[in-house]
Amino acid sequence: MRPLIPAAAAVGALAVASLFIGVGDLPVGALLAGAPSDEAVQLLLVSRIPRTLALVLAGAAMAVSGLILQMLARNKFVEPSTAGTSESAIFGMTLTTLLLPDIPVLARMLVAGGFALGGTGLFLAILRQVPLRSPLVVPLVGIMLGGVITAMTEFIAYRYDLMQSVRAWETGDFSGVLRGRYELLWIGFVLTGMAYVAADRFTVAGLGQDFTTNLGLNYRRVLSLGLTIVSLVTAAVIATCGMIPFLGLIVPNVVSLLLGDNMRRSLPWVTLLGAGLVLACDMLGRIVIHPYEIPIGTMMGVIGSGLFLYLLLRKNSHAA
Amino acid sequence: MPPDRSRLLRPQPVLALLAVLAVACIVVFMTIDARGKWSFVLTFRGTKVAAMVLVAYAVAVSTVLFQTITSNRILTPSVMGFDLLYRLIQSALVAGLGAGAVVQLDPRLRFGCEVAAMLLFSGLLYRWLFFGGRRSLHLLMLVGIVFGVLFRSLTAFLQRIIDPNEFLVVQDRMFASFNRVDGSLLAVSAVIVLAVSVVGWRWIRTFDVLALGREAAINLGIDHQRAVMGILVLVAILVSVSTALVGPVTFFGLLVANLAYLLIRSHQHRFILPAAVLVAVVTLVGGQLVLERVFAFNSALSIVIEFVGGLFFLFILVRGSTR
Repeated sequence: MRPLIPAAAAVGALAVASLFIGVGDLPVGALLAGAPSDEAVQLLLVSRIPRTLALVLAGAAMAVSGLILQMLARNKFVEPSTAGTSESAIFGMTLTTLLLPDIPVLARMLVAGGFALGGTGLFLAILRQVPLRSPLVVPLVGIMLGGVITAMTEFIAYRYDLMQSVRAWETGDFSGVLRGRYELLWIGFVLTGMAYVAADRFTVAGLGQDFTTNLGLNYRRVLSLGLTIVSLVTAAVIATCGMIPFLGLIVPNVVSLLLGDNMRRSLPWVTLLGAGLVLACDMLGRIVIHPYEIPIGTMMGVIGSGLFLYLLLRKNSHAA
Repeated sequence: MPPDRSRLLRPQPVLALLAVLAVACIVVFMTIDARGKWSFVLTFRGTKVAAMVLVAYAVAVSTVLFQTITSNRILTPSVMGFDLLYRLIQSALVAGLGAGAVVQLDPRLRFGCEVAAMLLFSGLLYRWLFFGGRRSLHLLMLVGIVFGVLFRSLTAFLQRIIDPNEFLVVQDRMFASFNRVDGSLLAVSAVIVLAVSVVGWRWIRTFDVLALGREAAINLGIDHQRAVMGILVLVAILVSVSTALVGPVTFFGLLVANLAYLLIRSHQHRFILPAAVLVAVVTLVGGQLVLERVFAFNSALSIVIEFVGGLFFLFILVRGSTR
């Protein structure tokens, strides 16, 4: 456990750096001297601290969701955006925006979470029926399912002029995060905590239904707990800042390459690396075309595709 | 499948029935509610029907062949990132030149560039994966999909920096439409598709052998890698041409291919391919007819078909008839 401390310190340093990057000027010296201007304090409290917290929470929660989903689907190439989860959540968001435009954000997120749960459940049900489960077929099925759900979303969005809202949910972006607009992510924090408590159960569930039942665990209950965590986390992240592709895929795979598949051992690393990767990508997006910024969905799309291709094309990728 | 049932549904009568249905759809579409000069009506509607038939053909054939070489009935060639690349090209054009300039651009030039870009992309992908010593089709598809995500990320970024009014121009091009097809492009596309078909027709028996799977095909004396490569090139050309002509259609191919497998109780491509094409013509022309005359919906046929195709896909998945 010892190397975790420097890793946590590194993520902490990234988080602090994230506070000082942006268009508005934040004088470090004045803050340290204890005599900051009111404007600087406002900027820090309303924008920078919420954004940094949102990045850390979303990154950690999405990475853990990916790990749980990989355990439950027993496949290393699965994550919310390759299992129909994110697409279903966006479908739910679109429907509530259209049918119940006045309900509070929390209710909308819960509805989206329900849809995400349904979509992921459908994905797992389909997998059970596909006889030959080559490791590469599993994500293909999930991606096709996601494509179908996206087609349905776009059908509705196009008819009712919601295309740009849908695009906003499809691309993760933290630039709109302010105090009062990110608090849903604390739900993700609570759920990630639950994943910590249940980590051993997920590890066992990853060995299959028969094995789990032999060890005296209720497989269905573990499965529903995992799916609920993943769906609600995905919905909360999409409702707050939009979809972050590949995060849940890259982070658990890198950790598993280094540490193996015991979830209790890998969870802290997945959490830290998830938060760190999101912080780093977001800061890079803010720096590259300063004073404008590249949304994190695009940054992760580009960086994540590269890393995913590497994982796929590694010499012994079939072992993964 | 019980033997008496297969005798009941022989492929030839089914094909004949489908052909009659397709011709009937086309005739009704050309003549219904026609007012004014026939020469105008026939030319105007003729272009539209020709575009639909061409796209029906390209999508049906490419999907069936793609499913043959992947031995998987839930995949379409468009999962490999073609339509996402097309959307990226459209968005990049609008972002780079502005919507006004894009509308005025010579359609032949744009068509040529789009086809060239999509062919270049698939050519590089195939070459890289097949000659690098790794020969898994599933790997090829996943890599294609990952590129798709990359294209989608870049498209989403471009769309954010485009003015909302200009975005409307892009949005219209994101969905397939048969109302704005250019006559000269249609002719060029028809020639390309015809040329591809003449080449493909000589391999029609090879397709049947390939459908048995890689090992069986190799045992039966097929140069598997060469044959698969050839089909992938055919598929790439067909998909690129139809996408550049009318826009992306994803689940349409899935719908018609699976309907063809349901209707034709045979594994021979000389029956399945024409059946899929005819089903596609009936769906497109008939669908447009119903939408225009009954629902007075105009340009949204492709979206409706995607929607229906998507539902159908879920249905076959849940019913477990996947291979």
